[in-house]
Amino acid sequence: MTTTAADRYPTDLLYHPEHDWARLEGDHATLGITWYAQDTLGEVVFYEPPKVGSAVRQNEIYAEIESVKAVAEVYAPLSGEIVEVNEELKDHPELINEDPYGRGWLVRIKLADPGERSALLDAAAYQALVEEG
Amino acid sequence: MSGLQPTVYERSRPGRRAFRPPPVEVPAVSPQELVEPRLLRKRPPRLPELSEPELVRHYVRLSKLNYDLDSGFYPLGSCTMKHNPRLHERLAALPGNARLHPLQDEDGAQGALELIWRLERALCALVGLPHASLQPSAGSQGELAGALLTRAYHEERGEQRTKVLIPDTAHGTNPATVAMAGLEVVEVRSGPDGGIDLEDLRAKADRQVACLMLTNPNTLGIFDRQIAEIAAIVHGCGAILYYDGANLNAILGRVKPGEMGFDIVHFNLHKTFTQPHGGGGPGAGPIAVSQRLEPYLMVPRVVRDEEGRFHLDYNRPRSIGRLRGFHGNYATFVRAYAYIRSLGEAGLRDVSATAVLNANYLLARLRALGVDRYLPLAYGRLCMHEFVLSGGPLKRKLKVRTLDLAKRLLDYGFHPPTVYFPLLVEEALMVEPTETETKETLDAFAEAIAAVVEEAKRDPELLRTAPHTTPVRRLDEVRAVRQPILREAPEG
Amino acid sequence: MSRYTPHTEDERAAMLDEIGVGSIEELFAAQVPAELLVEAIEGLGEGAAEQEVFAELRALAARNRSVEEEVSFLGGGFYDHYVPAFIEMLTARSEYLTPYTPYQPEVSQGTLQATFEFQTAICELTGMEVANASVYDGPSAVAAAAYLAKLERGAGPILVSAGLHPHALQALRTHAKPWGCPVIEVPLEPSSGRTDPERLAGALAERRPIAAVFAQPNFYGVIEDLPALGEVCARHGSPLSIAAVDPLTLGVLAPPGECGFDVAVGEGQPLGGDLHFGGPSFGFFAAKQSLLRRMPGRIAGATVDAEGRRGFVLAFQTREQHIRREKATSNICTAQALNAFAGLLYLAWLGPAGLRELGGLLLSRGWYARQRLCALPGVRPRFSGPTFREFAVRLEGDLGAVRSHCRRQGVNPGLDLAALTGREEDGNCLLVAITERRTKAQIDRLCQLVGEALADQPLQAVEALGR
Repeated sequence: MTTTAADRYPTDLLYHPEHDWARLEGDHATLGITWYAQDTLGEVVFYEPPKVGSAVRQNEIYAEIESVKAVAEVYAPLSGEIVEVNEELKDHPELINEDPYGRGWLVRIKLADPGERSALLDAAAYQALVEEG
Repeated sequence: MSGLQPTVYERSRPGRRAFRPPPVEVPAVSPQELVEPRLLRKRPPRLPELSEPELVRHYVRLSKLNYDLDSGFYPLGSCTMKHNPRLHERLAALPGNARLHPLQDEDGAQGALELIWRLERALCALVGLPHASLQPSAGSQGELAGALLTRAYHEERGEQRTKVLIPDTAHGTNPATVAMAGLEVVEVRSGPDGGIDLEDLRAKADRQVACLMLTNPNTLGIFDRQIAEIAAIVHGCGAILYYDGANLNAILGRVKPGEMGFDIVHFNLHKTFTQPHGGGGPGAGPIAVSQRLEPYLMVPRVVRDEEGRFHLDYNRPRSIGRLRGFHGNYATFVRAYAYIRSLGEAGLRDVSATAVLNANYLLARLRALGVDRYLPLAYGRLCMHEFVLSGGPLKRKLKVRTLDLAKRLLDYGFHPPTVYFPLLVEEALMVEPTETETKETLDAFAEAIAAVVEEAKRDPELLRTAPHTTPVRRLDEVRAVRQPILREAPEG
Repeated sequence: MSRYTPHTEDERAAMLDEIGVGSIEELFAAQVPAELLVEAIEGLGEGAAEQEVFAELRALAARNRSVEEEVSFLGGGFYDHYVPAFIEMLTARSEYLTPYTPYQPEVSQGTLQATFEFQTAICELTGMEVANASVYDGPSAVAAAAYLAKLERGAGPILVSAGLHPHALQALRTHAKPWGCPVIEVPLEPSSGRTDPERLAGALAERRPIAAVFAQPNFYGVIEDLPALGEVCARHGSPLSIAAVDPLTLGVLAPPGECGFDVAVGEGQPLGGDLHFGGPSFGFFAAKQSLLRRMPGRIAGATVDAEGRRGFVLAFQTREQHIRREKATSNICTAQALNAFAGLLYLAWLGPAGLRELGGLLLSRGWYARQRLCALPGVRPRFSGPTFREFAVRLEGDLGAVRSHCRRQGVNPGLDLAALTGREEDGNCLLVAITERRTKAQIDRLCQLVGEALADQPLQAVEALGR
């Protein structure tokens, strides 16, 4: 699947250096892993969503995603309480590869502290991080 | 979905059989007479039903789908795939060895007990430590033994030490073992030369550290010259120093880890001491230890009395206990001991000399062929018994990955080296030729790699779709996990 | 220089030249600090020709008394079974003996398919849904199952039947010590020798364990009521239920999978393995499908290649140490593949009919031996419960003297039970194993010798006084 820079680093999102994204929606946010993360990981074969109601904390690991050869740890870009998880991924984990910013979303949280967003990168800064690193 | 060979179940025909029981001879008793009927099996298990000729044919045919060490070069880094002498098989099969019951009375097992005792002494002599246990079944179990000994040592001193320092180049079994031992992994960084970053080590070596686990030479094939300093730092904070002997082949007869400051040295009999790998075992992972750790060694221990007779000592109150049944993988001890006796001191020194020679020669040939432009040596200039190349330039310049190179090497009739380990090196290719390979084989292998690199320039798809000439083409490992089929489907 | 390293002087010189050094010593000197290099190592001796090494080790082996040289009733986890010749021939083949773990599946289809077939056979045997490619042995399989329970449920007490093999119990204690999982024994009923279901229920309710481990048959050869034990566990908190089973009894006895158990493990030596003074053998490990991601060890899976052909690969490797590292389901790397392969061959040789027939034969001969021995004056069964493959008897007399008498006549009558269990109540007991190699004539001879030895006891008691 050929992708453009716009596909890989959508500008309406905020990014965490460990290759996770957040889409802010008022006092909620949807979280997932970036195009670069899924590209490095390879074809995803397994993802167990965390429980609704559990807490996530910025910069801490809240889930794991498995490919055949590796396991990626998923970092929370923001803190909050999980209000929804993407159940579709249980049977179709490949959505994380095919559409990491859309149908491959992982969890939706109610934000604990919207101010945390200032620690995150915008698309340009994240792209620079990936392409230099 | 047809395969190369039907499974043994697909070949089965109801009613065919190979086994004929001997006559019962005694009055037959039916299970129902002895046991409550509800404890009895209702339906027989589905096992293959074939005659003996069919069984033989099926498994001989299957065997021909395997690449093996007797047939060709097997340069798997960190595995030490050296030739397996058949003398060892003959010795292991002697009835006095193969048909000896593990719980035989001591007076009927003196030969076995003596062999264990002698092998322990030989391993101790090799590494410069006074005591050994052969009990661990494989390297991982040897590591676990080391971790548990370390815990016992510190506990007896009333010290709560929960951390184990492990280099970022370590084999995966090291952190897995530490977790099983209820301890915490703390990673120590490697420096730019591939050895331990001493500053990082100093910062992390505190009184919470139980032990440092190290391989030397490490998984990069590099001998860490700072070992004396490392030992001083680790002992300085009161911790134990553990040597992972996976790479012992490089220093056999030339360096004694016990004299480098290690308290525990583990051995892989299925690597350095040529126990055949068997497609994934059996092996054995003995450990040698310093005096201060001896009280904690597993039970039983073999001891020799003043009359030169051998006994099993179970009376060891400070022992960590046992990790498995009986005495360990005795048949592998027979092979290892035969190997040591065949080679002797000079022969064992010859092993490390030739292992290091072969690895450096192969490296030199690859350089001479220009391979290092795409697969440079990850660290340093020389190597010990193995070396790690990085496929980073290959990936960036030719858009071909180490995996594809490895798969194409199969078409050249070689088993590829270890790939993607250690994790520290991008697109790693770890090569260990071992000492039993000829110059011609090394030349042919170097040329094959060079040829594959050339192919990558002209026709990268050829590599990405390799292998082409093996019994099956590249297998879909994703599908194996997404649609798991882990057994023949149950009937009905 | 040795018969295994090939280079001539000329070749070595050419190789050094290519590298650009003058000698091999230079290679070491350039990489290893001089103060660490030793010139010689004492205590290793000189090398020897193959012929000499053979003579030396054969002489050592000759000082062992194998089951070829005495009629052996020794059991206790390893048994003197007949292994057909074709298994030796296959496991000696280069293609099975010498390859490494199948990390390049395209050239390892022989090993991988055999592993798949093995996994199937173990699932069928145990009544479980998924099996791995082997672990080290029976006792470490029990420890591995307990580790699975800890990963699945978190730390907590582990109940074990007192009928578990002493080595399995010890191995479990050694492994579990750092896990925060105390190991608690549930006693056997003093008369039947079966795990006491009331004491079990009590322990389950009081301790709320994460796992409960039983042996079938247990170490005393007693056949446990596995379905009842499974039910008690289900009614009292459902700990992870683990059964350590003897594979050769599973043609007759209901397998753990049909008794509601979560995990079935066991010692694989009776399946095509020789005694080898205790190793190598293999442990088998099977479980319910829901526990797949927690299972230790290698697992082979079916898939297709780029041309749609069926093939086999190592599957779910993300459980394993080389990927998961400290979060792995176990640290196991090298296991016991060749021994498990022999196990598959043996099961394929037996087939379902053979497994049942062999089980029936073991049951009949075992029953005969037990009846005849216990008909002797001074011999009573240790437990009343029905037994399979071995049984314990208590002797009214000096156990040591009885054993010596038999052994002098070329018969090893069985194990000193208390020496293995360390339990006082097992004092003066013999554990007698009956395999298909123990003929009626040999069993009769055993009874004769034991009878003689016990009849002699008054004489021996006098001798003992004199000592």
